[in-house]
Amino acid sequence: MKIRVHVSLKNGVLDPQGRAIHHALEGLGFSGVNDVRAGRLFELDVDDSVSDDALDDMCRKLLANMVIENYRIEKVAA
Amino acid sequence: MSLRSAVITFPGSNCDRDMAVALEAVSGTPAIRVWHGDAALPERLDFIALPGGFSYGDYLRCGAIASRSPVMRAVIEAAGRGVPVLGVCNGFQVLTESGLLPGALMRNAGITFVCRNARLVVENDSALFTSAYAKGQHLSIPVAHHDGNYFADDATLDRLEGDGRIAFRYAETINGSVRDIAGILNEKGNVLGMMPHPERAIDPAHGGTDGRALFESALNTLASA
Repeated sequence: MKIRVHVSLKNGVLDPQGRAIHHALEGLGFSGVNDVRAGRLFELDVDDSVSDDALDDMCRKLLANMVIENYRIEKVAA
Repeated sequence: MSLRSAVITFPGSNCDRDMAVALEAVSGTPAIRVWHGDAALPERLDFIALPGGFSYGDYLRCGAIASRSPVMRAVIEAAGRGVPVLGVCNGFQVLTESGLLPGALMRNAGITFVCRNARLVVENDSALFTSAYAKGQHLSIPVAHHDGNYFADDATLDRLEGDGRIAFRYAETINGSVRDIAGILNEKGNVLGMMPHPERAIDPAHGGTDGRALFESALNTLASA
């Protein structure tokens, strides 16, 4: 089973990297970009027997830092 | 007293030797060096230090992988028993990632790596690690980090303030840390995490000795216990 875990900063958490990327886009002449938030994408290949609860646990215990980040689990059709 | 201290080395730690030298310089007793893969700590420790560096190449998040290493389970258990634990720089990041301290350390607000002497204000002078300082005292201690921008939600910050758990604040803006927080304590006061490097300011040859009193505080408190 292929799993994608999207990790992004919570609303209200300042994202200096996103801001720097935003500035760089503007520097390249791209206009109309209102905001940039940087996140992470994990691609996991797991056994079909791995439960949703276990995936949730993986996110909470390691892949995301729940103090500052949210996560979203996406199951990708093989 | 002879201080029985341990310095934990993770793959990518680079201030572990500095920490060991500082502990020996102040206490007169060599620190025990502990490897991250060890499942157990030496017995009867008086003091545990998590050093600065770039454990696991800062993969995932700074301190994230190190905080899940076997030795950290033993460190968390020791901290729960009241053993003093000092985390400096990457060690602070390991402490927040492990849940021993609240909040998180994010990329510096200015994006760049900051390496300089930072002016600090002592906020708490009654903790195990800070009793040899005076509240309001200004210190000059080196910082060297890319991810020292402390963040926690307002409720957590208010609780830290109310309980006197902010040990040190920056006297100037360094990295964008919320409420200028440079170092915080756990609830019991036996765990201190801070981004500045007290172990780099213990000998006049370092250019300053303002970090020395932190180790002396711990030593004095332990000796009188």
